[in-house]
Amino acid sequence: MSGMNKSVQSKNRVVDSSTAAIPPINFTQLRFPKVLLLLLLCATTVAGFLWLPPAVAFRNPGLARIVVFHVPCSIVASIASGVTLWYAISYLITRSSMDDVKSRVSAELSLLFWVLTTVTGAVFAKAQWGTYWNWDIKQGAIVLLLMIYAAYFALRSAIIDERKQAAIGAAYSIFATICVPFLTYVLPNSTEDTLHPKGTITTKEGLSPEYRIVLWAGVLGLTLVYVWVWRQHVALDEIRLKLAARRSARRAARTSGFVVTETE
Amino acid sequence: MKSDAGAAGASTSATASRWLDCASAVFTKELRVELRTRYALSAVALFAVITVIMVSAVLVGASVRADVKAALVWIILLFAALSGLSRVFVREEEAGTAAILRLTAPPSSVFAGKLLFNLALIGVVELVSVPLFLLLMPVEKLQLWLLLSILTAGGAGLASAATFTAALIAHAASGKSALYPIISFPVLMPLALIAVQATVGAFDAIPIHILRAWNDVGVLGAYAIVMTTASFLLFEYVWHE
Repeated sequence: MSGMNKSVQSKNRVVDSSTAAIPPINFTQLRFPKVLLLLLLCATTVAGFLWLPPAVAFRNPGLARIVVFHVPCSIVASIASGVTLWYAISYLITRSSMDDVKSRVSAELSLLFWVLTTVTGAVFAKAQWGTYWNWDIKQGAIVLLLMIYAAYFALRSAIIDERKQAAIGAAYSIFATICVPFLTYVLPNSTEDTLHPKGTITTKEGLSPEYRIVLWAGVLGLTLVYVWVWRQHVALDEIRLKLAARRSARRAARTSGFVVTETE
Repeated sequence: MKSDAGAAGASTSATASRWLDCASAVFTKELRVELRTRYALSAVALFAVITVIMVSAVLVGASVRADVKAALVWIILLFAALSGLSRVFVREEEAGTAAILRLTAPPSSVFAGKLLFNLALIGVVELVSVPLFLLLMPVEKLQLWLLLSILTAGGAGLASAATFTAALIAHAASGKSALYPIISFPVLMPLALIAVQATVGAFDAIPIHILRAWNDVGVLGAYAIVMTTASFLLFEYVWHE
């Protein structure tokens, strides 16, 4: 009984969202000059290599400057994971295929940035702690994240029907993201033996002013790169979706004489 | 459910009893199928028993530390669970009975019935394999009540997470049995790490480890509650695909 009511409600909602989706949201259409972005990224890279003084407190002061690349990667990857989760929830509510596209594209980019974080982190770990991999708790968490996204794409590719793919993918990404805090917040607090420093970014005395400028400029630059690539991919997939819909409608019209439109 | 409550106040209790009827019907049906085919018992319990015997035979004469034993117990339990817990949903899709179940029972009651069955299955597997493990690889200073609490809380979390991933994997076109561990392990990794850390305390009986282990039992309980809640919330979206 309750299931029937709910499905009727969700049908109404789908109709609403498809009519409301025609006026474009201007906030996602905002443009920014890419030349400035290029200059910003060049500046942070050059500053990271040439302008920053060596980090004296570290075992390998020269190599420790990789922190201005490692930390921005992890922050942008977290943002991308958050966007994935947001649009996954949104897809389950609205069932609009564009929400699924946004969630999937963000998951791809988040996997890319988590891989970058892992690689820069491994180099940093070799310089500071002596080995590329120590099973520090944050390294455990990042392995968990990489496994989640790999499993997400494996799961999606095993499902043929596109609507099913979207719903199952969204449900899995929400379910898997819920268990991440157990590894990133609960377990570290019960063991205490993490090698990662605490409060480097959040406290005032964590970083010297030069480092703070370069690090946050890097965060800004990489976030803008993420937003730019994400938008390009979403726009491309939107065109693909429209073309596919037009093609299937035309094929249906040719074979049966009337147009079959998708109701859900 | 909302409109039912609006139509007549008395019907809410009728809905609740119908929900319970459906859940228990799904559970008894699973139990009956299991007693006829003995699929899960032969797959999951036998898998666990064989692995325990293998581990003990391979490590004969070796002095195995308590923390290694704790890790072995949980690796055996996890792999055994993932060899057969997906059956509850995969069977419905393969036999073509899922559509009828969708029409006749509310989604959450279906999930509750299947979850109960998997809980019972995990319980049986733990009851069979953990005593056998302790028999073959004795632990001198075993903390029995601590171990029982860890197995209860950890088993509940394992069952709820694995039952939900089973519902997801039932929609895959091919390679369900290969994909099931792949999508379940990331979800079960926090559970495995916390459960092993707690079981170390139950096996080596060092006071500070025991203290940490009781704390971990609470974390395992929290994991089970969070995972069960998330499963019930998300199951409706997955089930009606």
